Amino acid sequence: MFKRTLKSSATVIQLSLNSIKLLETPEKIIRSKKNLSDIIFENITLLFACIVIFLLLDIIYEMFLHSVLSREAFGFGFIFSSDWDPVKDKFGALAFIYGTVVSSLIALIIALPVSIGVAIFLSELAPKSIRTVFSFLIEILAAIPSIIFGFWGLYVLVPYMRESVQPFLNSILGWIPLFTGTNIGTGMFTAGVILAIMIIPIISAISRDVIRAIPTAQREAAYALGATRWEAIRMALLNAKSGILGATVLGFGRAVGETMAVTMVIGNRAEISLGLFNSAYSMASVIANEFAEASQALHISALIEVGLILFVVTFIINSLARLLIYSVTRKYETR
Amino acid sequence: MAEKDLLEKNKYLRYRKTKSNLILILCVLMAIITIVPLLYIFFYTTASGFKFLSLDFITEMPKPVGETGGGMYNAIVGTLILIGISSVIGIPIGILAGIYVAEYSGGLFSNIIKFVTDVLSGIPSIVIGIFAYTIVVMPMGGFSALSGGIALGIIMIPTVIRITEEMLKLVPQSIREASLALGISRWKTTLNIVLKTAMSGIITGILLAIARIAGETAPLLFTAFGNQFFSTSLDEPIASLPIQIYNYAKSPYTDWHEQAWAGALILILLVFVINLIVRFFTKSKFTNS
Repeated sequence: MFKRTLKSSATVIQLSLNSIKLLETPEKIIRSKKNLSDIIFENITLLFACIVIFLLLDIIYEMFLHSVLSREAFGFGFIFSSDWDPVKDKFGALAFIYGTVVSSLIALIIALPVSIGVAIFLSELAPKSIRTVFSFLIEILAAIPSIIFGFWGLYVLVPYMRESVQPFLNSILGWIPLFTGTNIGTGMFTAGVILAIMIIPIISAISRDVIRAIPTAQREAAYALGATRWEAIRMALLNAKSGILGATVLGFGRAVGETMAVTMVIGNRAEISLGLFNSAYSMASVIANEFAEASQALHISALIEVGLILFVVTFIINSLARLLIYSVTRKYETR
Repeated sequence: MAEKDLLEKNKYLRYRKTKSNLILILCVLMAIITIVPLLYIFFYTTASGFKFLSLDFITEMPKPVGETGGGMYNAIVGTLILIGISSVIGIPIGILAGIYVAEYSGGLFSNIIKFVTDVLSGIPSIVIGIFAYTIVVMPMGGFSALSGGIALGIIMIPTVIRITEEMLKLVPQSIREASLALGISRWKTTLNIVLKTAMSGIITGILLAIARIAGETAPLLFTAFGNQFFSTSLDEPIASLPIQIYNYAKSPYTDWHEQAWAGALILILLVFVINLIVRFFTKSKFTNS
């Protein structure tokens, strides 16, 4: 029985070796074998692939087209004015841009160290069983819809912020103008915290992948030279740093575009103030809140222009992030 | 002298070891810090939702303001209809484009499509909502189920493309060769053999995409809009669970808050059950650890 298996597998190996010799470039042969129906099918799939590109271009075109009223009326002043008054037909997006950027930055400041810790834990420390369970849990919990994050934030996090966290921070760090404001719980800081909870799984998952792309041989070499565990990990982190940066930028992009959770806890006041406990507004939130009720053409156009800015910003952020992540994983992929 | 040196080195080594251990403990702490709020959100929503969930909630229509009771029957049906429309749009486009990327394209053009797919998946969903508004709501002259479905369908496309591509690339080249060697034409090989082999993986990917769009709220705010009544027509506003939760959560009525929690539980269950099914059946494919 065993002998026969051995013999047959030897034949298989021989056969496959022969076939490799025969088909030196199987890719080429497959590609050369075409008839009319093949050409038709290939072009159908090509058409659908082009739909995707067309879709992206059409999104840009439509948003450009429908924001024309606002662009003509305000020009670049739209970005630099914080006057948002639909009744008086005055629109400026600065307060929303400020709110989006600052809340996302808060999220990033909280999320980055935590995510790197999680990534190290998952890629280097945890035994396989814990790693599998933990990754699974994080992935599945990260799939909770953002509306539920917002709902929970509004009824659980906001009171907690109002009663415990913000008074505490204010009493210790109140001398810094950042940690002041009307303490009602909703506001820029709370939005930042919710966003941090939402982007940690993304940043840590990608960082973990990037760190794991660094070859083990490098760590072994570090240990052989007498490095402690942390020193060996630090080497890996340094090599993966552009990928981790990419993951961070990607997380930032998510935070910038996040709508529902932010809308529910940021307080929705178009103001620019230094105190983080004050209410603020974000680009996505103003679209969510006002778009369905906007009736004048100029108001709709201004909101679409806010959307256009949001699109351009996330487009740049995402392109940058992808390039950074590709750069690390490509470098170590050919092992 | 030498002894002193050694002692000095020993001290330094101990310092390095302590530092290493401290940082590693910190990493474990970070992992706990991450998981606790996520679990807390999950269990809090489940517990609050469970308290207010009843059979009436699933089978009854919403009651007018001021009357207690009633349910979200219309929103549950609406969500299913929206998922249906978006699947009809997102799945074929996604799979066919994915086939092109995995089977036919090579070089620059394939990289362009991959890049565009990545960019599309990174566009905030609310921007997709605006796009659906400009191409469907404006010409049709009103909010509609169709526009909501189209918005969600567009959100699905990049996920489906990526998963199709990855699954097709997992299919061994020898299978294609075997089929072609038998004289089966290439498109039949791709459809009947390669795609069929990868189908289970693709289906789980599609399920994940559906789980994602089921909870999308932002693009529906000004496309499907929401509806207090039962509706199945595609050219009228339609209710959906996320929108109903959003509207109820913002309202000042405790009764509506309770219903919103129950709705959140149903939504979370929907997303989780889909995720669990997917992970259960594709353990080896997705967790490469």
